[in-house]
Amino acid sequence: MHFVNRNLANPKQTSNIGMETTLSVEELNKREAEFDAKIAGGKTIEPKDWMPERYRKQLLRMMSQHAHSEVVGMLPEGNWITRAPSLARKAVLLAKVQDEAGHGLYIYSAAETLGMDRSEMIDQLLSGKAKYSSIFNYPTLSWADIGAIGWLVDGAAIVNQTVLAKCSYGPYSRAMLRICKEENFHNKQGYQIMAYLMRGTKEQRDMAQDAMNRFWWPALMMFGPSDTNSPNSADLMKWKVKLNSNDDLRQRFIDRTVPQAEAIGLRIPDDKLKWNESTRHYEFGEINWAEFNQVISGNGPCNKLRMKQRTDAHNNGAWVREAAAAYSAKKAASKK
Amino acid sequence: MTLNDALKEYCLRIADNSSILAHRLSEWSGHGPILEEDIAMSNMALDLIGQARGFYSYAATLEGKGRTEDDLAFRRDTREFVSRNLVEQPDNKDFGTAMLRSFLYSCLSYLQFRALMNSKDETISGLSAKAIKEVTYHVRHCGDWVVRLGDGTEESHRRISNSVEDLWMYTSELFEQNEVDALLVKEGVAVDLNTLKQDWLNLVDEIFAQAKLTKPAEGGYQSSGGINGMHTEHLGYILAEMQFLPRAYPDAIW
Ligand SMILES: [Fe+2]
Ligand SMILES: [Fe+2]
Ligand SMILES: [Fe+2]
Repeated sequence: MHFVNRNLANPKQTSNIGMETTLSVEELNKREAEFDAKIAGGKTIEPKDWMPERYRKQLLRMMSQHAHSEVVGMLPEGNWITRAPSLARKAVLLAKVQDEAGHGLYIYSAAETLGMDRSEMIDQLLSGKAKYSSIFNYPTLSWADIGAIGWLVDGAAIVNQTVLAKCSYGPYSRAMLRICKEENFHNKQGYQIMAYLMRGTKEQRDMAQDAMNRFWWPALMMFGPSDTNSPNSADLMKWKVKLNSNDDLRQRFIDRTVPQAEAIGLRIPDDKLKWNESTRHYEFGEINWAEFNQVISGNGPCNKLRMKQRTDAHNNGAWVREAAAAYSAKKAASKK
Repeated sequence: MTLNDALKEYCLRIADNSSILAHRLSEWSGHGPILEEDIAMSNMALDLIGQARGFYSYAATLEGKGRTEDDLAFRRDTREFVSRNLVEQPDNKDFGTAMLRSFLYSCLSYLQFRALMNSKDETISGLSAKAIKEVTYHVRHCGDWVVRLGDGTEESHRRISNSVEDLWMYTSELFEQNEVDALLVKEGVAVDLNTLKQDWLNLVDEIFAQAKLTKPAEGGYQSSGGINGMHTEHLGYILAEMQFLPRAYPDAIW
């Protein structure tokens, strides 16, 4: 088959799943100590290395969630490809959304090293068992939303992923390094769309500000709940799967994004936003966590639509995947 | 008709075909049967947008009225579009129809670009030399899928056979020509499509044989007139969607 091969990790190389069942308590403690020492010493964990079952599970959860986000994230932006206002913008957006499919592939194959097939991960997404980023449950209503997503959403992703590139699991960290380069291009194209709108007609400026108003707060929510309310944070920090707190990363994003907004004349929709000279950080208003909780539990504006779109694509493609499998089986049989 | 007018029209035709087919392929972004195919379809759409931009720009230059590639893509109405009716046909998210549509069209554009690489017009030959590499991949990729689906499961065979039935009526139109071609062929700028017909049939027959597909019997309805602006009802909707922003905000720069 002429599939574009963007696999990053070797899928055959899977981790030592369930090994500990055969280990004595003594041996298990020894391995855990070695594992902890490796992480403390800044070494990466590779698929063949022993790892605690909970580390493997947490990573698999995070990585599959991340891969799903890349793929579901294609939908809101894909919504504007056929309506992009110029051929150049159309090409850039198409390439951007295509990159996200590639990111999905990289991360799925990196996650496969932890012992689960892509198809099983996709089943978990479609059954609602696995989650994806809450931001993609908001609709793209105007062309400016494409700018806002590239700039704010990919901007937030960069802050997250730059840190993840230093995480302890080798395949994940390498996938992040590679992806970050493309995310920078995504971020720039989004900002450029906004900049063009802001120096355009009044209607264009209104369109841009409206997108800003709708995407600013959901973008801040992308970093997850405040650390005091983040159930998985402690373990993830210890294992260097997570290196900064959600609040730290959110602050980093705000600090770098506010001046960018100001530079093109966009207003941040937050009355409490102000620069604090002594902390050298922006102070900001209260995030609507009730809304966040609603959206992640399935009650956002587009949760149903996104799941339907993914499910339809999957079901519509079933006969194609079956045909491809049947065809290669026939070919393999005729070669014998 | 002057040579310059004919050349502009000829470029518009190639550009319109590319941009409309790219539109159809890009509708699949995020909805493909498998991620790898999502990527592949976007690749092909990107190639086609690149081709459209090249030929629209050249057409705009030849016209010399200060219009841009985007003016030509976004500010012309249905009756002014000179694309073949095959490329505007919907696939209703049937992957086989999408692959077959691209395959049938790409076989022609492959042969056409191959010939146009020797065009006496340097811009045409240059643009064609770039496009030929892309289109070679489209023929192979889509042809491979036609074979897999034709010789896959019973269901896939039935479905791709239906796609053949649906699309075949747009194939003879691919070879229609008018005074534009007559003029440009005489000058060694364009290729006479009649000379490509047998090669096109050979490419299609070879893939259909591998795919265990049969061509519909001759004598059925055949569409006609795309190059004279006679289209099917589908093009209007494509343009309504594609041209919405530049039309709704005529003074805006994006
Ligand atoms: Fe991404
Ligand atoms: Fe990402
Ligand atoms: Fe991105």
